[in-house]
Amino acid sequence: MSWLACFAPAVFGQSNLLSVAPPAKLAAKAGTTVTETLNVQLKPGYHCNSDKPSDEYLIPLKLTWSASPMEVNEVVYPKAELEKYSFSKDPLSVYTGDFQIVTKFKVPASAPAGATVISGKIHYQACNDRMCFKPATAEVALPVEITK
Amino acid sequence: MNRSIVKIGVLLMVACGLGFLNGCGEVHADVKPQKDRHAAPDFALKDSTGKTLKLSDYRGKVVLLNFWATWCEPCQVEIPWFIEFEKTFKDRDFSVIGVSMDDDGWDSVKPFIAQQKINYPVVVANDDVSRKYGSIESLPTTFILDRSGRIAAMHIGLVSKSVYRNDIEHLIDKERGIEIIPATENRGGSAFELARLLRAGGLRAE
Repeated sequence: MSWLACFAPAVFGQSNLLSVAPPAKLAAKAGTTVTETLNVQLKPGYHCNSDKPSDEYLIPLKLTWSASPMEVNEVVYPKAELEKYSFSKDPLSVYTGDFQIVTKFKVPASAPAGATVISGKIHYQACNDRMCFKPATAEVALPVEITK
Repeated sequence: MNRSIVKIGVLLMVACGLGFLNGCGEVHADVKPQKDRHAAPDFALKDSTGKTLKLSDYRGKVVLLNFWATWCEPCQVEIPWFIEFEKTFKDRDFSVIGVSMDDDGWDSVKPFIAQQKINYPVVVANDDVSRKYGSIESLPTTFILDRSGRIAAMHIGLVSKSVYRNDIEHLIDKERGIEIIPATENRGGSAFELARLLRAGGLRAE
């Protein structure tokens, strides 16, 4: 093993490549639509597939929310970057660095007033320019205050 | 003193840039001396044809054991190389074995094998195999096994085709005729031993 290996990146336990800033409490008035923007950060030097990857075998980034008094109307993913990597013939549709995912929630008129927490999961699969890492999930807890 | 260090650093960077130093920019393990090799953990899994593939049945052959997944783009670069190696070296006691890490198993892997025209056996890893090999999280991860089924080299991430070729040719040609160690005398094989091997190779866990 060459001593140059000391320059090699750590390759095991590459969890938490993607993190989500803890969201502030969302005020949600029953009978309206509210929007939550998640601030997502991927570690420098890594990329993950966008919500619409370039290849059918690639795993898309996907945000899902657990059941709650609010209904998910739409999840809006950021515009993907088309990046060329040494291992890819064609540019790949990816996210890098900081990006935002927007969720539009419908708050039913019948939603009970009070505080609750909605759980979200971002499923992603990240790589750097030489290797890929097993698909992972970043969890997010969104505090919500529903008012009438 | 400081200038000398800077000069050496600059020379190394230039050498790396020109590719003079094998291993620059790569997580790269050279073929280890025989005394430092440990047994590759054995496994028995069905291949894409339904036939049971037992790694220890490959004793007597040099084996390129490639952990990969259909969702791993760098893995897709290497697969045509491995197809070529299988063709080139198959009559010289050599075989490639692919171990897919796809969670959805054959649903993704079988169409991929057909699409890529993979000519070597592929199995789908289970938790046991993954654990035995140190919970592989980075792909591609490739082990080059000697004729005794011991890990002679390991490569994590995309390395150049010539790195694999050099390892294979070294084991096929330069170790031809060396006595094969019977399985019962083969040391190691546990995840613990493998972790020790990884540490000895200079790789570190985060």
